[in-house]
Amino acid sequence: MSARARLERRNRLRRPIATLGRRVIDGIWRVGVITRFFFLVLASSATSFTRFRLVMREVYFSGVLSLVIIVVSGLFVGMVLGLQGFETLQKYGATESIGVLVALSLVRELGPVVAGLLFASRAGSAITAEIGLMKVTEQLSAMDMMAVSPMARVIAPRFWAGVISMPLLAALFSAMGVFGGYAVAVVMFGVDNGAFWSQMQASVDFRYDVLNGVVKSLVFGFAITVIATFEGYDAPPTAEGVSRATTRTVVSSALTILALDLVLTAFMLRGQG
Amino acid sequence: MERTTIDLWFGAFVTAGFVALLVLALKVGNLGAERASDTYRVEARFDNIGGLKVRGPVRAAGVLVGRVADIKFDNDRYQAAVTLALDKRYSFPKDTSAAILTSGLLGETYIGLDPGGDDKKLANDDRIQITQSAVVLERLINQFLFSKAQEETPAKAAPGAAPAPTGAGAAH
Repeated sequence: MSARARLERRNRLRRPIATLGRRVIDGIWRVGVITRFFFLVLASSATSFTRFRLVMREVYFSGVLSLVIIVVSGLFVGMVLGLQGFETLQKYGATESIGVLVALSLVRELGPVVAGLLFASRAGSAITAEIGLMKVTEQLSAMDMMAVSPMARVIAPRFWAGVISMPLLAALFSAMGVFGGYAVAVVMFGVDNGAFWSQMQASVDFRYDVLNGVVKSLVFGFAITVIATFEGYDAPPTAEGVSRATTRTVVSSALTILALDLVLTAFMLRGQG
Repeated sequence: MERTTIDLWFGAFVTAGFVALLVLALKVGNLGAERASDTYRVEARFDNIGGLKVRGPVRAAGVLVGRVADIKFDNDRYQAAVTLALDKRYSFPKDTSAAILTSGLLGETYIGLDPGGDDKKLANDDRIQITQSAVVLERLINQFLFSKAQEETPAKAAPGAAPAPTGAGAAH
């Protein structure tokens, strides 16, 4: 009796460690599977380009329909940057530099990152839910039965649509943000119009700032769509499974975006120094 | 080819995205301003360039006339070799002098050009002969303290007259 009690206690102590270990191994496993999935998508993307209409349809759903949220948030983020920046710069009598502040923070960081986060929650979750539901209702198996590869017909077009949409959305976000900052600084607070633009142009470099922002958003586009399509494809075919997969898409793409942003920024700043 | 509404939306979306990129490049960035004007390159050697960076401004009479294209260390003369890319619209006499300056006390480091009186103009790959290095504040303070300490050396002979801080400065 006492031996059994001791065994139970030992098991109770072991269980958290075992759970932790399972989580870690499961995570590493997923990284491996997701990498294989990524190359599988690349290998079966030929159809996406021979039948480009498939991609265009998905660009409409994930890109065009995200326009409103991207444009409006870009405008608001730019306006807030303008307000906050003006408050601080006023103390140093350097309110003309507000254009530099708004443009650099948008083009380098906020544009790609916030557009990426919005895209992940607006379009990424929709992609996951759609593919997951297709799996639940056995549409993917039905395609397989008809010798239509679901990879080529369903996954790859959504993947490429995301990769195309993301840089364009990030550029729109940054441009709208700059106009938001312009509206606050020049129209509201009366910062000199010429100084606002000329200081901005003197400090924002096309190659180092604008192109690096585009590269960032492209990388984020790859990451978000791979995660979103994979989570949908991998979701357990139940209602709960799809809902969990959708949540996981948003959480892991947000984390991936932020982690990738750190790595990319570190590389880009070193190159500039 | 048959046209659908999706085509229109796709076209509008891609156009809007590229227009935004173009705005970022031309209105926000410096692509329009810099590539429009051609440049010629002039070299200048400095003993110390302080905090000068590649792409830093070159100004004459406070006007931006070019940018720093390249900074190298000349291992024969132990000097910094700075290449300036000057705007073709502006020309300077051959005996123009270059100085490393700072805008304000904490501002960015730039190169200031002071035109001389020569008839000949600086051409591509010429060298600016008269240069003035950056002022290093720490060195200036050291020199000041050193000279102060030397002034007080006779006083030091008198017992217990030298104050401690100047003594520390002289030790440097």
